Amino acid sequence: MIAAASTFGVLLLLYVLIPLAPGWAGVKKSFFNAEVFAKTFPGLLDAFLLDVAIFLWSAPLIFILGLLIALCRDVRSPALYPLKLFGMAYTDIFRGVPVILVIYLIGFGIPGLGLPRPWNSPYIWGTVALVLTYSAYVAEVIRTGIESIHQSQRSAALSLGLSESDTMRYVVLPQAIRRVVPANMNLFIALQKDVALLSFIGPVEIFRQAGVYKSLMANFTPYVGAALIFLAITIPATRYADYLMAKQSRARQ
Amino acid sequence: MKILMTTAVLLATTTGAFAQCASGLTMTEDTLTIATGNPAYFPWVIDDAPESKQGFEAAVAYAVAEKMGFTEDQVTWVRSSFDQAIQPGAKDFDVNLQQFSITEERDEIVDFSVPYYSAAMAVVTRQPVVDGGAKATLGSLKELAWGAHATTTAVPMLTEIVQPNADPLLYGDNADVVEAMKANQIDAALMDLPTALFTAAVLMDDGVVLGQFPPERSENPDQFGMILEEGNPLKACVDAALASLTSDGSLAAIEAEWLSATTGVPVIK
Amino acid sequence: MTQLHVRNLHKSFGSNQVCNGINLSVESGEMVCLIGASGSGKSTLLRCLNLLEPIDDGVIELDGVDISEPGLDPRPIRKRIGIVFQSYNLFPHMTAVENVMLAPRRVHGLSKESLLPAVTALFERFGLRDRMGHYPDQLSGGQQQRVAIVRALAMKPEIMLFDEITSALDPELVGEVLDVLRQLRSEGMTMVLATHEMGFARELATKVCFLDAGVILEEGPPSEVLASPAHPRTQAFLARVL
Repeated sequence: MIAAASTFGVLLLLYVLIPLAPGWAGVKKSFFNAEVFAKTFPGLLDAFLLDVAIFLWSAPLIFILGLLIALCRDVRSPALYPLKLFGMAYTDIFRGVPVILVIYLIGFGIPGLGLPRPWNSPYIWGTVALVLTYSAYVAEVIRTGIESIHQSQRSAALSLGLSESDTMRYVVLPQAIRRVVPANMNLFIALQKDVALLSFIGPVEIFRQAGVYKSLMANFTPYVGAALIFLAITIPATRYADYLMAKQSRARQ
Repeated sequence: MKILMTTAVLLATTTGAFAQCASGLTMTEDTLTIATGNPAYFPWVIDDAPESKQGFEAAVAYAVAEKMGFTEDQVTWVRSSFDQAIQPGAKDFDVNLQQFSITEERDEIVDFSVPYYSAAMAVVTRQPVVDGGAKATLGSLKELAWGAHATTTAVPMLTEIVQPNADPLLYGDNADVVEAMKANQIDAALMDLPTALFTAAVLMDDGVVLGQFPPERSENPDQFGMILEEGNPLKACVDAALASLTSDGSLAAIEAEWLSATTGVPVIK
Repeated sequence: MTQLHVRNLHKSFGSNQVCNGINLSVESGEMVCLIGASGSGKSTLLRCLNLLEPIDDGVIELDGVDISEPGLDPRPIRKRIGIVFQSYNLFPHMTAVENVMLAPRRVHGLSKESLLPAVTALFERFGLRDRMGHYPDQLSGGQQQRVAIVRALAMKPEIMLFDEITSALDPELVGEVLDVLRQLRSEGMTMVLATHEMGFARELATKVCFLDAGVILEEGPPSEVLASPAHPRTQAFLARVL
């Protein structure tokens, strides 16, 4: 009751005070312009389809590569040690370099080596850059998941005569992946937004489209429109990730 | 009030008493604060050093300042982006010039001076594309893979006049556009003629300016104007200075000095 | 016939010498109970027998064949020696029957359909028929431990090892697990148990071995070791637990 009243009070205060600021008329015209919003919203929605498409084809690749890298880091046999080193180097490098740098280097650099069309497309190499970067994060998350599975599970599986690879595949991984679903969800929510970075190397997704409108109309409202479209996806996704985390901590008790 | 100001300025113009024109109207008294891009590109500014007065826009800026009664030392340069120029609220410059095209929509948010340059839009491409059969005709241009700087008027020009078969790829600045061309991800790009000439000659090994769309084309002549804060009374002063430079031939001379290479480029049919 | 023969087994973890020269013989069909304080080496010994841990020194022979040679593939041996742990270690993401069928399917390449009759019979034998489709978190501790035993038995081992399998159970659930062990004993399974259940050991064990500081200090029939231990440390230990 008190919580509701105080929240209402704060909102009312904001609603009354903000328009009283001297520059409000200008800010409203520049950022919250209804006419510009209406004119640009359909085009933004259309451009957003590209963001969705990039996300949909990147996410599975990221998960698969992340899983492979995590398995590399987990190898125990001395003969496969180079794989383990590779896994460590990979996650260090790709978690350390800013995504946009990777996108530029790979998105322009590799096609610049002389690939013919359509193999030099920014869609392909931009996606490669995103996949390489994000799979490093996913690999780390899965690795912590694998390490969180108690050694006794492995012992039990091995003692039954199961091979190391079957132990990983049927016993450890199913549990590990399930455990890190909330952490992975957070990564994929972040991916949803970083997809927009592909705009730097050409594709006209929502961020770029908003920029074009901004330039044509000298108005920032298209960015507000783009933000709203993003939030329409990320907020439900975040709530769902929270729900999964809560469910998991309840189950543990 | 505005009519009085304009009358006063006109009088000042005709009597040559410019010194009073801008007094009290600039951000800092006795100083004209001019903004340009970061970095500022050739041939608009040479070596990213507008204080050197080298480059078309640098030269125009100092010429206008002089007409308005400011000495060289009374000109201060700042750097700003297009976004900073159009955002609401007070600006940190008196005038801003960096190849801003005057459009109606923009004019509602900021004020433009009278034009100081009519820009032709030109097509930049690579020799291999020309060898492959690209010509300076609309029909041929439609077939090409296009790129452009996203926040320029090249974009509406592409969509309205060229109407390429494939959707253009858009980039954050001309440097990225050039990268994409080098990576053979796009065949051609649209940019203003002086920048196009510089790009093809200096930034690319095999660059070619295929043709130009003359500025006096039907719909939207592309004209550069200086940006001022909406309603800034200084505009009248700046306009008067530019009018004077135009009528006495100084503007044409500056153009001839810095943008002389722009003749001789074929016109797109 | 000596099925399992351990000679001079040494195992240390870092600087911690856990097994300090263990000698043990297990005949076919025997039930050997290992008793002793925690840290005395019982669990480690069992894990070494099953080749979960490599030994530092000594020999383990199964049916006269050295199985402890370093570099030997442990998997064929693990199929012949089953082990059940104190904390059951059932796979929580699988039902009871899936837990049991996983190893036979993957190791022997058998299909679910072909395994089901035999597996169902196993569940039936130990009174767990109606629990086959349940997940471990839906079972009581005693039921989980019994499923763990069934899981190990499904691989048809020649020897079964039990590492204090009732220590983690509530007292009222211990009985049902011991019943399973009785049943196995009566069927002639060779068993080695680490246990605190002295009454059970006295009832069923062929041989009781008292471990202390990584060696077997005393061994013999339960009537001797448990009723009238010879070694003072055995006496001290039994005085504490009995």
